Amino acid sequence: MLTIDNLHARVEGKDILKGLSLTIPPGEVHAIMGPNGSGKSTLGHVLAGRPGYEVTAGTVTFDGRDLLAMDTEERARAGVFLAFQYPVEIPGVSNMEFLKASVDAVREHRGEESLDAVTFMKKARAACKTANLDQTFLKRGVNEGFSGGEKKRNELLQMLLLEPTLGILDETDSGLDIDALQVVAEGVNSMRGADRSFILVTHYQRLLDYIQPDRVHVLAGGRIVRSGDASLALHLEDKGYAWLDDEVA
Amino acid sequence: MGSMHETLAAGAAAAPAWLTPARDAARQAWKTTPLPTRKTEQWKYTSIAPLEQDFGPGQPVALDRAAVDGLLPDIGALRLVFVNGHFAPALSSDKLPEGLELVRFAEADDSQAARIREHLGSALPAGGHPFATLNGAALGDGLFLAVAPGASIHEPLQLAWLTAGDGEPFTVTPRLLLLAGENSCLSVVEHFADAGGSAPSFSNAVTELLLAPGATVNHYRLNLEQGHALHIGGVHARLDRDATLNSFCLGLGADLKRLDLVVNLAGPGAHAELDGIYLPRGDEHVDYHTCLEHAVPHCTSLETFRGVIGDRARAVFNGRIHIHPQAQKTRAELSNKNLLTSADAEVNSKPELEIYADDVQCAHGATVAQLDTLALHYLRSRGVSRAEAEVMLSFGFVNEVLESARLEPLRDALRPLLASRFARDPSLMRHLA
Ligand SMILES: Nc1ncnc2c1ncn2[C@@H]1O[C@H](COP(=O)(O)OP(=O)(O)OP(=O)(O)O)[C@@H](O)[C@H]1O
Ligand SMILES: [Mg+2]
Repeated sequence: MLTIDNLHARVEGKDILKGLSLTIPPGEVHAIMGPNGSGKSTLGHVLAGRPGYEVTAGTVTFDGRDLLAMDTEERARAGVFLAFQYPVEIPGVSNMEFLKASVDAVREHRGEESLDAVTFMKKARAACKTANLDQTFLKRGVNEGFSGGEKKRNELLQMLLLEPTLGILDETDSGLDIDALQVVAEGVNSMRGADRSFILVTHYQRLLDYIQPDRVHVLAGGRIVRSGDASLALHLEDKGYAWLDDEVA
Repeated sequence: MGSMHETLAAGAAAAPAWLTPARDAARQAWKTTPLPTRKTEQWKYTSIAPLEQDFGPGQPVALDRAAVDGLLPDIGALRLVFVNGHFAPALSSDKLPEGLELVRFAEADDSQAARIREHLGSALPAGGHPFATLNGAALGDGLFLAVAPGASIHEPLQLAWLTAGDGEPFTVTPRLLLLAGENSCLSVVEHFADAGGSAPSFSNAVTELLLAPGATVNHYRLNLEQGHALHIGGVHARLDRDATLNSFCLGLGADLKRLDLVVNLAGPGAHAELDGIYLPRGDEHVDYHTCLEHAVPHCTSLETFRGVIGDRARAVFNGRIHIHPQAQKTRAELSNKNLLTSADAEVNSKPELEIYADDVQCAHGATVAQLDTLALHYLRSRGVSRAEAEVMLSFGFVNEVLESARLEPLRDALRPLLASRFARDPSLMRHLA
């Protein structure tokens, strides 16, 4: 599904990713943990094609294609979805308009017909229910005035509607109360399948209590310094990152 | 071609006898009124050179109903249509709701004429305004509206000032005088548009809004003329005690478009909310000069104007807030935000604060920016094309202001119009309108 090889990237002239390699097979859920500032969000942004994130070396292959050669919107249409750590507010554009534009763009790319208003509304309502967001959020400006937790659930709402093949959740669990955490976890679990993979960036083992990861990686100093099964997360929870200092250096 | 003083006033139509003394006085004043140049502070960024044309009077033109319906959104309103300054009864509603008095100057009876004479010009600035003087000099007919004290008129009133014609350039001199009685309430939509034809036109429109104590007026000023349909207009409001003016302006650009919006908060507790959107593109020009005169204590004014300026277009926004020495406990807020969607687009934005009272709350801000790259990226990261994302962001930027317009059917009607300003290709606005 996704193969990252020796990825180097810089932001504002500063090297952040320094030889990151990672492979995500189809159907698997991989958790990425790591200290603040280690480059986890940077990885997500590079994969989603955010301007200003310059790849200086390495390759990323997604479903056999050179991901880095694709425009941001092409990546999204091909099935890459990044749930932002800090979702963006777009006042004046309703969530509904935004969602419809997104879903139409992705469906068109897949050769599917644009959904009529009624069918779309039905789907959107159902997704709201799964994301535990009141339907009034469809009428509000995109993320406008949403609380931190509501923004995260709005990211989930988008993911549910866009049905990506690779979902990258950048700290979607941060700032969520325990009920909302379960909502996000159930949302992800409901989407799990043989053809869909997830990268969960998180600081907390508790998310992984609800979503069983196939692999856990530690990202530090711009590289994956340790990989293991779900028990690695428990170990990190217990010991922190200090014991990895040798690798980080 | 004669002097500009002559050509600009050449379109004057016949006026009723009772109006002639006032008109003659205005004619005298006009002769000696200096025309603004780029050296005139208030006209620094707006040239009146497009007015150098041999204008004649606007002729009556018959428009068919379907064409007019296509131009004017159906907002469930009473409608009065004027074409080139001539009232078009066939295109207008003939029923009036109770509590609303409406008469054209040309048809005013003696008592109405007396009331018009008493109030006409009373909201205009004491120092005069060159184009208000011209309006007085060229005035033939006008519209007088009076809302009875305590009357709450639910149906909005839509006044359409249309221009249409082929051939020679012509002028039109619309004039509206509104008296809102004590504790009355009315919504008026003034809709300016060109209804086709290749002839250049110049509308010099003046509106006076006089709000008695406790009155509420929702005033919408839609300036949708483009190209050679030139417009210089003034809206002058005077608010008595506890009166509320909610004003909404929308301006597409044209070869020349200038609006002066002047609000006198003349009674304690008066409240004015001014919202506006301007959207010039191509080589268009649009200029809004607003002025809030806080003359007495305990008044509030909240002003929000936003513009999206594209291509080689130019916008001017000048927002003056004048807080007089006795106007303690004033609260005045002004925000002007501009989005430039092209490297060649230009805006001159200037808040102008004159504060002579010390116990006031006054906040103002003006910004000029390009489309937000992060927001653009966010939309694209959901599969939306760059072109559509740009349209969505431009639209959202001004739609925020549109949402403050109180008339829902008008909002609904204007949304596609706004979106179409940014979308060269209709498919790019399909998710917005
Ligand atoms: N635009 C930028 N300009 C300069 N430095 C940046 C920029 N964006 C990110 N960085 C730096 O890159 C490093 C990695 O940031 P990143 O956001 O990827 O960390 P992270 O692992 O996601 O951290 P956290 O756990 O706190 O979310 C940090 O040191 C950060 O300050
Ligand atoms: Mg991060």
